[in-house]
Amino acid sequence: MQKLNHSQTIIKLDKICFSFTSENVINDVSLEIHKGDYLGIVGPNGGGKTTLLKLMLGLLYPQSGTINFFNSDIKDFKDWSKIGYVPQRSNIGNDSPITVEEIVAMGRYAKRGLFHFPTKEDKEKTLDALMQVDMLDHRNSLINDLSEGQQQRVFIARALASEPEIIFLDEPTAGVDIKTQKQFYSLLRKIHKELGLTLILITHELDIVAHEATELVYINRTIEYYGDPEEFLKGKYFHELIGKGGINH
Amino acid sequence: MIDIFNYGFIIRGLGAGVVIGIIAPLIGVFLVLRRYSQIADTISHVSLAGIAIGLLLKVNPMITAIITTVLSSVAIERLRISKKVPGDSALSIFLSGSLAIAIILISHTRNASIGLFNYLFGSIATVTQSDVYLITILGLFVVATIIAFYKELVYITIDEEAARVSGIPTKFINILFIILVAFSISLSIPIVGALLITALIVIPAITALQFRKSFKKTIFIAESISIFSVIFGVISSFYLNLSSGGTIVITTIIIFIITIFLKKNKITKILHLF
Repeated sequence: MQKLNHSQTIIKLDKICFSFTSENVINDVSLEIHKGDYLGIVGPNGGGKTTLLKLMLGLLYPQSGTINFFNSDIKDFKDWSKIGYVPQRSNIGNDSPITVEEIVAMGRYAKRGLFHFPTKEDKEKTLDALMQVDMLDHRNSLINDLSEGQQQRVFIARALASEPEIIFLDEPTAGVDIKTQKQFYSLLRKIHKELGLTLILITHELDIVAHEATELVYINRTIEYYGDPEEFLKGKYFHELIGKGGINH
Repeated sequence: MIDIFNYGFIIRGLGAGVVIGIIAPLIGVFLVLRRYSQIADTISHVSLAGIAIGLLLKVNPMITAIITTVLSSVAIERLRISKKVPGDSALSIFLSGSLAIAIILISHTRNASIGLFNYLFGSIATVTQSDVYLITILGLFVVATIIAFYKELVYITIDEEAARVSGIPTKFINILFIILVAFSISLSIPIVGALLITALIVIPAITALQFRKSFKKTIFIAESISIFSVIFGVISSFYLNLSSGGTIVITTIIIFIITIFLKKNKITKILHLF
């Protein structure tokens, strides 16, 4: 495990509780994410991984507790271009008439702001991001004509185009083959190490993420483990996770 | 052959029709991709209540239709966001409720049922010069607003969740968009009628989607189909003495069928011309 630098906290969750009905899906979760972290979030199905991600992205608001982004409360946080988001593939409709370049250009939209048309700089940043993920040759292809692995690279490029400090990924390699999975994690490693970005990854692929991430969270409504990923493999929660079918192993 | 351009109502009908032909698919591509077609259908029925109010109060029914549809569209969107009522059920309440209001008001308005037929199915003969001005001004407003918010609308249409995370004001854009839908439907009533407008909004858009091109090219193709259908529909309805709304919609459907046929038989060279 590489030496961690926890000098700069960029996201802080303090005693978060969230429920859709009467029972808490997220219960008393506190967590600090630091600049440069590569955080893997694992847990059993229904354990609250995606809900936690949505809370951190401001898509849901907690019933109690606070979330701070770059030292400001999430409700007052304005600089969302610092945040990149790679959703699950299913968000895009099968009939969407959208090319790879149009998808990646979206990463620049919020940065440009309302009433401003994309500029030459936006175009350059879009093409740069496509180059980073090795998808420049596909820029005129429709997103739906690409393989799932290629599509996820495009969504990474969209996140990169906004020049973020942190990228959230929601099960980005669900349903892709092993070779594509390895290529994808190799790309994440490059982004983390070469670009120095903070990564937060929800995944079922514990055996891979345990060797890639710098830190691991095991969530089952509350955080039951936070620390060294490889240590996690030796502990009791790993076996509990296998029992509950929350990983691909 | 009679020179149709000697007739003022044809000139007015074509002028207003081309504006409608431009705005309908512009709205339509976003509507279809957002699975909002049913909302457009509901708003078009709501417009009937607005028309009935106009006929009752003896003011331009297009103006009362605009006011009614804008207010209802905002209410529909708020109800959709609140999730207090299932989306489909909320639309049913608005659709049947506004039809009921329209029927009650019409039954109390003398000779209104004659005019109502034109508003249901469209008739270029009913287009007045003030209608043309109103359609052109508000049509330009719709086009300008779509251009101004194009990038945000595209982002929300393709991936609303990611758009929200990136900081796009999705609630504001959604309300703005639904208001534009209301404007477009109300403006289209004299040409294609309240019951047929959804077809002009939706069919060119779904036809254009068959070409599998980029977002901008899809809009361009939908525009071409729509404008052609309106011009062809208005002119042929004059010569054949048919309803303009019905003829325009049938033209869009024929183009859709031809496109599907070409696609099914893999005659793609024609589709690739775009």
